[in-house]
Amino acid sequence: MAELSVSVVSADREVWSGAAKQIVARTTEGEIGILPGHEPILGILSAGEVRITPVSGAAITARAEDGFLSVENDTVTIVAGQAELVS
Amino acid sequence: MGAQLRVYRQKIRSAQTTKKITRAMELISASRIQKAQARMAASAPYARAVTRAVSAVATYSNVDHVLTTERENPRRAAVVVFTSDRGLAGGFSSQVIREANELRTRLEGEGREVVNYLVGRKAVQYYAFRRRAAAKEWMGGTDQPTFETAKDIADTLVEAFIAGGESEGVDEIHIVYNRFVSLVTQTPEIVRVLPLEVVDGVEEPGSTDVLPLYEFEPEVDDVLDALLPVYIESRIFNAMLQSAASEHAARQKAMKSATDNADKLIREYTRLANNARQAEITQQISEIVGGADALVSAK
Repeated sequence: MAELSVSVVSADREVWSGAAKQIVARTTEGEIGILPGHEPILGILSAGEVRITPVSGAAITARAEDGFLSVENDTVTIVAGQAELVS
Repeated sequence: MGAQLRVYRQKIRSAQTTKKITRAMELISASRIQKAQARMAASAPYARAVTRAVSAVATYSNVDHVLTTERENPRRAAVVVFTSDRGLAGGFSSQVIREANELRTRLEGEGREVVNYLVGRKAVQYYAFRRRAAAKEWMGGTDQPTFETAKDIADTLVEAFIAGGESEGVDEIHIVYNRFVSLVTQTPEIVRVLPLEVVDGVEEPGSTDVLPLYEFEPEVDDVLDALLPVYIESRIFNAMLQSAASEHAARQKAMKSATDNADKLIREYTRLANNARQAEITQQISEIVGGADALVSAK
């Protein structure tokens, strides 16, 4: 199965990057789930958590304040001024 | 010991002490450049992502956003000057200030009132001494800029811009900072951040990348509303990081030449001191010989 290549970047560093199976984020419109093959999208995140299910290992939760999320060709970029991994 | 000799020795000692200080500062700057450069590199993915997103939105929407439209007859222009907090960095701060002064003359020639925003103690001192008003000042931490400061600056600017020149705000925003070209070259640069000239990113997306047709969530306009301040923040933060790296590089260069100068001074004064010592000895010998001669002939 195809995978998503994900990177979570904050203003001063790349917080996390790797391959993932699924991402769940909360935009200003509501929750959005992203699987491989998703159409290109650009969404504004509302303050909240982004859950990433990596290809291997346990789920990762990242906090992204005032950020946005872009998806294209199975490349997901989560951008926020301040972002950090919660677990 | 002769007076002349004592003076020379004093000068040698003074040059040696100065050299110790400048050498230490040189080494400190050298080690900090690495860190500053690393921070610049680390913030690149963010800048890239933001620029890409802004170009994507701008490409697929014919927006007339408040931040992208040029005002008809702009009256007030903000100039943000990025200098350092401390001196001893060669022409680092003065070249930015000189550039800002030129910009100011140009803008005033075009009939705009200049509103100053100052970053770094050097700029604040320069403007205070000349009694030029500044709308807002930020001091401290120019050598290790934080994102919070960048955000604060960006928020202030965007707010002033949205208010507009009619009501104590501004119609356009220029930033003046030292761009880090290499370890030996830092050039002052003027960039107009607002109104935005979209897709003028430092990080142009490669020509092979065709931006896909995005879905926007929520609407295009709302996405742009949220993105543009972020874009400004990232540009400001980038300017601050470049400025910080340039500051360290400029200081290292200045301190290196100061150390070299001290070396030269020490060498010159050592020669002179040796000369003076030798002259003193020669004089003493001739005095003794002369004295002995006089005694012999007196008998």
